Amino acid sequence: MSSAFPAMKILQPLSTTRSPEKPLFDLLKSPSSFLGSASKLRFNAQKPSPSSSYSSSCHRPSTIVAVSDVVKEKKTLKSNSSLSNLLITKEEGLELYEDMVLGRAFEDMCAQMYYRGKMFGFVHLYNGQEAVSTGFIKLLKQEDYVCSTYRDHVHALSKGVPARAVMSELFGKTTGCCRGQGGSMHMFSKEHNLLGGFAFIGEGIPVATGAAFTSKYRREVLKEAGCDSVTLAFFGDGTCNNGQFFECLNMAALWKLPIVFVVENNLWAIGMSHLRATSDPEIWKKGPAFGMPGVHVDGMDVLKVREVAKEAIARARRGEGPTLVECETYRFRGHSLADPDELRDPAEKARYSARDPITALKKYMIENNLVNEAELKAIERRIDEVIEDAVEFGDKSPLPSRSQLLENVFADPKGFGIGPDGKYRCEDPKFTEGTAHV
Amino acid sequence: MAAILKGIVATSVLSSSSDFVPKGVQLPSLKSLPVSERKGGFLVDGSDAKVVPVSNARARSAGRLVAANAVAAEKSAASTASKTGGHELLLFEALREGLEEEMDRDPRVCVMGEDVGHYGGSYKVTKGLAKKYGDLRVLDTPIAENSFTGMAVGAAMTGLRPIVEGMNMGFLLLAFNQISNNCGMLHYTSGGQFKIPIVIRGPGGVGRQLGAEHSQRLESYFQSIPGIQMVACSTPYNAKGLMKAAIRSENPVILFEHVLLYNLKERIPDEEYVLSLEEAEMVRPGEHVTILTYSRMRYHVMQAAKTLVNKGYDPEVIDIRSLKPFDLYTIGNSVKKTHRVLIVEECMRTGGIGASLTAAINENFHDYLDAPVVCLSSQDVPTPYAGTLEEWTVVQPAQIVTAVEQLCR
Repeated sequence: MSSAFPAMKILQPLSTTRSPEKPLFDLLKSPSSFLGSASKLRFNAQKPSPSSSYSSSCHRPSTIVAVSDVVKEKKTLKSNSSLSNLLITKEEGLELYEDMVLGRAFEDMCAQMYYRGKMFGFVHLYNGQEAVSTGFIKLLKQEDYVCSTYRDHVHALSKGVPARAVMSELFGKTTGCCRGQGGSMHMFSKEHNLLGGFAFIGEGIPVATGAAFTSKYRREVLKEAGCDSVTLAFFGDGTCNNGQFFECLNMAALWKLPIVFVVENNLWAIGMSHLRATSDPEIWKKGPAFGMPGVHVDGMDVLKVREVAKEAIARARRGEGPTLVECETYRFRGHSLADPDELRDPAEKARYSARDPITALKKYMIENNLVNEAELKAIERRIDEVIEDAVEFGDKSPLPSRSQLLENVFADPKGFGIGPDGKYRCEDPKFTEGTAHV
Repeated sequence: MAAILKGIVATSVLSSSSDFVPKGVQLPSLKSLPVSERKGGFLVDGSDAKVVPVSNARARSAGRLVAANAVAAEKSAASTASKTGGHELLLFEALREGLEEEMDRDPRVCVMGEDVGHYGGSYKVTKGLAKKYGDLRVLDTPIAENSFTGMAVGAAMTGLRPIVEGMNMGFLLLAFNQISNNCGMLHYTSGGQFKIPIVIRGPGGVGRQLGAEHSQRLESYFQSIPGIQMVACSTPYNAKGLMKAAIRSENPVILFEHVLLYNLKERIPDEEYVLSLEEAEMVRPGEHVTILTYSRMRYHVMQAAKTLVNKGYDPEVIDIRSLKPFDLYTIGNSVKKTHRVLIVEECMRTGGIGASLTAAINENFHDYLDAPVVCLSSQDVPTPYAGTLEEWTVVQPAQIVTAVEQLCR
């Protein structure tokens, strides 16, 4: 059997104790900010296990501090503030900023396009949650995998899928990343190792577990020594009550798969509040129950997310197994563009708008003299152009023709079988026209 | 050794004295014969208009059909088995042999399922493989069908070729989400970017008083899923060939085995062979009626055929093997010859494979039919535990005989 896992350091972000009379989450009543944001988080890295095949140095515990706290501290410092105290370099900061602005601008454009009748069906927008996508995915290599849910546009963009390809896909055009066959909820990219895009919640988690399994298999069975791909599985709070979530936590921990389970806890599953659906709402606690660390992080703060992500991804790459990361975040828009969003308290929404991750990062970078306003404005203008170009590209692209109808049903089209004339159906010339009888 | 069947029709059928062939019984293999034409004529006895088929002394053709254009390349090993000898084994061993050959051939092929590793598989199909290939290649999973099937899908998308074993096919109902949504659909919704070369296999069908939930026939539930192929094996020969074909296929394939057929013994060729996933198998050529069947019902049909032959009928028996898609060429040629169709299946009546097959035949070959297609299926009843009730749930040879007699009146 596998060696005993090292002792888990469970993060305890709350200093408040929980009593039966006083609910843990009482957002409507308490004016304080959402749990985790104001407190310091200490993430103690795991000591590498002796069976790990990677050499690793000892890890010092790093203190993750809220952006707002840093800002408060740094305000008093003037010219003697040294850049090495900061969590990011200028280049990294610009990269993060650009990625988040891209995500936000893209989603805003989606809303516009939807209401103008350019895209249809169920469209789920990511506004407000950009810190999670950017914080995690910008640390990945091309050969790492990302598996998402229906709220996948921004995961696709962060992973490197061009905005043109995503917009085109949303327009249902043949130049979309899935040839127009997937739509908003099924973004896939083989080139960028984006494994979807799933409409049913929870069904992407086993797929992500499978990708992590492949990574381990390639290393241990196929002896590809350099293979250390990590998989990130993104999903929401609602999914954490689903069987597939628990089954995969078990398997991933059992086989020490290189995967990070990222929970985007935005407190709402359409109209179902997380607190009304979950017996123990602290999702990060469910990690240790299965033998993996459970980490809780402020998902509105990209720098905090990034620090946690760094360690979780490194842990997976070293072969030490999975991590469960719960990111507390919030979606500024409704569940989908069809959701009237009447249940959520406007005060709650206002509280989160004030913690907009893009504004927070901007503030951090400017007040630490990493960048100036002009550079950020330049990025915003550039992103606007990218989005305009994506829309134009989508508009000009052709709709799929009839010939595409039967093409990708089977990887091997012999699967359509043999017709009465003895020929395979796919050999029928009408097959490529999409009008063959199958 | 393969029995060479000549001459009189009466002796040239597979014989089985009971519902299933007991362990160790050797079936004469018709498939080891060279494919040849059957010449024969009919004597019509004017007095009661009974048709008496007469054939001259010719070996019966069986096994692989000669489909002109559509046949995928098939090694013609079966025809030489009678000369080189081949080797005898049981059906579950044939499955294992096919599996092992493919695992040797391609290191990306791996197995996942409950008790497939150390236990060797609940029906011993994977016995010894974990020792040979290791615990990662023959993976013992926890009891989480939906998730490990999904995990296999993810592994297939990222380059492996997994084989998922459902300990009993019925357990795969828990994996329906992954089989339908992911297996079947992801190649299409990803615009062709990801392929899912997965094999999902396991024993199903009505056994010996296993109770309702262990006696399910899932082929009817899965058949509507676009993007998957389904095959059912029935002999050691086709079990090994279909297993290998399914593993090599780039499409997701569901391979249906039957709980009661694992101990069938047969002599199969030593040479490597792979069968076509899309083709049906001609079991017994005939002139009077086309009987379409698959899996265990093949043996009930052949038992009934013995009786029928004694009564002077000449049924053509086709094991359709490919449940989705149907081999309309083989089936069509047969319908055009006999003009009468009887389907014998173990699926439930409602929405079963027989129902789809009836529709397909009516649609494509209506002009050739002299009588409506008759479909004998299991009762729409949860399989009872009691032996007598269970027997009445599935189609028995006597019913097949009656149906043919009525059809050929």
